[in-house]
Amino acid sequence: MVVAVNTTFTLAYDVYSNVPGAAVVYKYIRDSHQNDPVRTLLELVFVVVMAWYFFNNKPKAKDEVKLTEKEIQDLCDEWEPEELVPRMTEFQNSDLENMAVIAGAAGTKCKLADGKERLNFASNNFIGVMNSESIKDKAIGALHKYGVGSCGPPGFYGTLDVHMELEQAIARFLGVESSIIYSQGFSTVSSVIPAFSKRSDILVVDDACGMAILKGVELSRSIVKFYRHNDMKDLENVLKKINESTKKKPLTRRFIITEGVFQAHGDMCNLPVIMALKEQYKYRLILEDSLGFGCVGQTGRGTPEHFGIAPADVDIYCATMANSLSSSGGFCAGRKEIVEHQRLSGLAYTFSASLPAILAVSALEALKILEANPNLSVECQQNAMAMREILLKAGIPQIRVADGYQTTPIIHIRLTSRLSTREEEELVLQEVVDQCIRDGVIVSRAKYVEGQELHLPVASVKLMASAGHTRRDSEKAAGIVRDAFRKVLKAHRLA
Amino acid sequence: MGKGSRAHFAQPVSSSDLLSVPVVDGAPIGLYKSQTDAASSKPAAAAVSSSASESLAADDELGGFVRRGNEELEHCIEKTPLHVLITTYLSYFILIVTGHIRDFFGFRLNPEAFAHLRNKNCYAPLNSGFDTFYHRRLYVRIRDVFNRPITNVPGRTLTLLERDSKDYNKTFTLTGTTRKVLNLSSYNYLGFAQNEGPCADAVEAAIKKYGVQSGASRFDQGTLDLHLEAENLVARFMGKEAAMIVSMGFATNSTTIPSLVSKGSLIISDELNHSSLVFGARVSGAAIRVFKHNDMKDLEQVLRDAIAQGQPRTHRPWKKILVVVEGLYSMEGNICNLPGIVALRNKYKFYLYLDEAHSVGAMGPNGRGICDYYGIDPSNVDILMGTFTKSFGAAGGYLAANKDIIDHMRFTSHSNIYAESITPPILQQIITSMRIIMGEEHGNDGRRRIQQLARNSKYFCSELKRMGFIVYGSDSPVVPLLLCHPAKIPAFSREMLKRNIAVVVVGYPATPIITSRVRFCISAAHDMGDIEYALQQISEVGDMLMLKVSEENGEHLKKGNVEKKKIH
Ligand SMILES: Cc1ncc(COP(=O)(O)O)c(C=O)c1O
Repeated sequence: MVVAVNTTFTLAYDVYSNVPGAAVVYKYIRDSHQNDPVRTLLELVFVVVMAWYFFNNKPKAKDEVKLTEKEIQDLCDEWEPEELVPRMTEFQNSDLENMAVIAGAAGTKCKLADGKERLNFASNNFIGVMNSESIKDKAIGALHKYGVGSCGPPGFYGTLDVHMELEQAIARFLGVESSIIYSQGFSTVSSVIPAFSKRSDILVVDDACGMAILKGVELSRSIVKFYRHNDMKDLENVLKKINESTKKKPLTRRFIITEGVFQAHGDMCNLPVIMALKEQYKYRLILEDSLGFGCVGQTGRGTPEHFGIAPADVDIYCATMANSLSSSGGFCAGRKEIVEHQRLSGLAYTFSASLPAILAVSALEALKILEANPNLSVECQQNAMAMREILLKAGIPQIRVADGYQTTPIIHIRLTSRLSTREEEELVLQEVVDQCIRDGVIVSRAKYVEGQELHLPVASVKLMASAGHTRRDSEKAAGIVRDAFRKVLKAHRLA
Repeated sequence: MGKGSRAHFAQPVSSSDLLSVPVVDGAPIGLYKSQTDAASSKPAAAAVSSSASESLAADDELGGFVRRGNEELEHCIEKTPLHVLITTYLSYFILIVTGHIRDFFGFRLNPEAFAHLRNKNCYAPLNSGFDTFYHRRLYVRIRDVFNRPITNVPGRTLTLLERDSKDYNKTFTLTGTTRKVLNLSSYNYLGFAQNEGPCADAVEAAIKKYGVQSGASRFDQGTLDLHLEAENLVARFMGKEAAMIVSMGFATNSTTIPSLVSKGSLIISDELNHSSLVFGARVSGAAIRVFKHNDMKDLEQVLRDAIAQGQPRTHRPWKKILVVVEGLYSMEGNICNLPGIVALRNKYKFYLYLDEAHSVGAMGPNGRGICDYYGIDPSNVDILMGTFTKSFGAAGGYLAANKDIIDHMRFTSHSNIYAESITPPILQQIITSMRIIMGEEHGNDGRRRIQQLARNSKYFCSELKRMGFIVYGSDSPVVPLLLCHPAKIPAFSREMLKRNIAVVVVGYPATPIITSRVRFCISAAHDMGDIEYALQQISEVGDMLMLKVSEENGEHLKKGNVEKKKIH
């Protein structure tokens, strides 16, 4: 104790002798005390109260139970945690074991472990430029200039000239002011949303939106309202209700969030109506167009172009570069202030290494190919239509093509009558997938993180159209899928 | 290039001239020393003391960062001297007051410039509040020291694209000229950021064979044989049963933590954890508690509290508790107290998630991260996570754990299901660089890099301390040096750039408001000449900016201190 007091005094003296101006303060306090001792007392009490308040202000749970040390020790000894992960189901195990592994390069055609070449309808290779020779050449060129990794976030010497070029090229392509590149497509929109929408802001979200949007929404801690998938009446109702309930409150930021082409259903959002509602109710629009960019619209400028809307009118436009551009990473395009804001506030931009130069250059080359061949987008749509046509006219009442005639490149085929469990459905669909692979066409079963989706989509077999396939190959593949369904359904006595 | 132009700078480094010092051959020392004594002993670093310190006596020869005494752990963070503290607060005070005065008049005299901060046609402004104030009045003024674009491989040197601003940093235009500078900023710890040499050759071959992309997410038929090869290699490198690779380091955390814990579970997180860990924790739905940075007493207190009290309101016991820490803290340069945490883990049965983004490759005599550094068996850590963006000169991240955990993650990590898979050229870079580190390719190259890095870092750090700077951390290639005053942030960076050295400066909000710093990242690509040159320049700038204010280390204390003591 004595020591403590002693050191305190020494410390005080140190401070006193070291800090310039301390003498003045000391003199001031002394004079003030001489003039008005009560005031000193009052001030002292004030300081003590402040200190007490400060140190006792730890946010303690109100309902905390007071326990003795021994009780705490017993509780700690007794506590048994659950296993870190649940046991795998048999179905999951077989799923892992039988996962198709591509041997060598992926492309419109590729080989599996058995060395047999097959048509590939599982890749998101919409405009068919994946692994084209010109992209490979550019990538090798970049490798010999920039190496592989960028070894730093964009803020700390991770910004390369090719990043800036790519950003400008994307902006130019879409006709917007500016764009920003993230190093993973999935993380793009989940970073963009919380960069703009904070606590007490309002988000109105289509309830079929995928996980990337859901996680971004969750992270923003904003007020979230969902509207029924593509139901514009419901959207308007939601907007009206919000208007009523917030009439007297201060104005906050409001956003409508939707996917352009829905990955869960393969349909498009009703963009013209959404644009009108957004103008009317003073919302901003965040459009996630990963499955639309490059392959929807006359020249591949995505869902906005399909509806004759300028991408610049969409406030915040996000898409991945891993689909049509056959590279990796994602981008967000919009006005300058929207883009610049993300350079400090987009978490996955600020706190992550930038996209490797090889991939930036590949994306840039793919974009150039698309610009030079604007028909690629239409070719992809025509192939998609041709495949849908065959599947819709297959005459198998037990299956349906999600959302019928569409030009989008992603085709979900579902069972019309639900089986008793999801696992049973998945098993049947997996058999279809296996049968297709045996017959020379690689397709996949749509996969989701069950239990984390808002509404888990009905199980489906998924086909991806590509401009890289000929019309004949596309039709052949659709035929094989149809036949596989017939065969498997028959074997299960479902047909 | 003025003063800084040394012949030295003109040549690019190749891996062969990475080191001029002979390498000591011999079997790698036991990778993971037996852990039995650590498990039973008290918390804190004592665990590894006796047995380890003997076997590591030959440390200097073996190279690499190896744990020695215990004293460093407690000593990592030096206090800021009082007068620095006060003047720093004062600086911010002046900056903020000036900013507000300018805002006050700006709003009235030039309303157009502030229109984007106001409600407009019933739209709320896109950003508001303190964020924009900080951005406009503090950040923009020094924006020239961030986001500097480069145009080469971020190896031993950087080629900066020079920029110019005519409107006080609001916008920049490229001048078209470039400038070659020494790189003390990239996370290129082992010098694998190279555009030639074995890695680049292998990557070129991989591009020719596999192209640049695999087409879909891992579970949507986007798995190549190369993915499996890389994952097996990572598992072997980390000493775990299985591993999973994700296409982005940030996403490795942010999309995987939700697959481990959810509502009813608790995450206990170090207060200085990286933003990606915070992201993952927040979207997982689990409750989150924070403990003081690297403070085992506080962690134990939080644990006891949490277990005893159970979940809020219902007081039901927690389903499980996940403690999330980093191996090497990239802003502090210090290393987590893994022996302490492992001891607590044995006592309180929580699960441990260790983010080795910066430590894997860079730490430990075999470059295998923090477990290797302490000689702790990796089985004591449930989930080892790390990224390839740093030591491996690649991109993406990994998770290594028991097979059942990894299998579960494959079905539940968003990145594995929804996001694009990692691309073949990146995978190849990972495979080749990792094999080199493991000594399976190119003989001693890996070991040489590890040793060079350790030697460079130790020398650099101890010299800075000797000069009297306040330096955080002591045993790592990340060397933060305190600047404190906001005005010194840009000043230091600009002065160093004048001397042809690129450094990273960071301030609030990446660091606490009073401890703005410059962070040097040492690399195996640097040779002693580079280090000497950098030290000499840092010393000059340090004198100019009055940065040699340490009260614990440094030559300036030797005389002054003695006199002071006498007075008392
Ligand atoms: C601790 C930690 N985790 C994760 C990351 C993210 O890694 P990446 O840059 O590969 O996205 C970083 C990088 O800054 C980090 O420091």
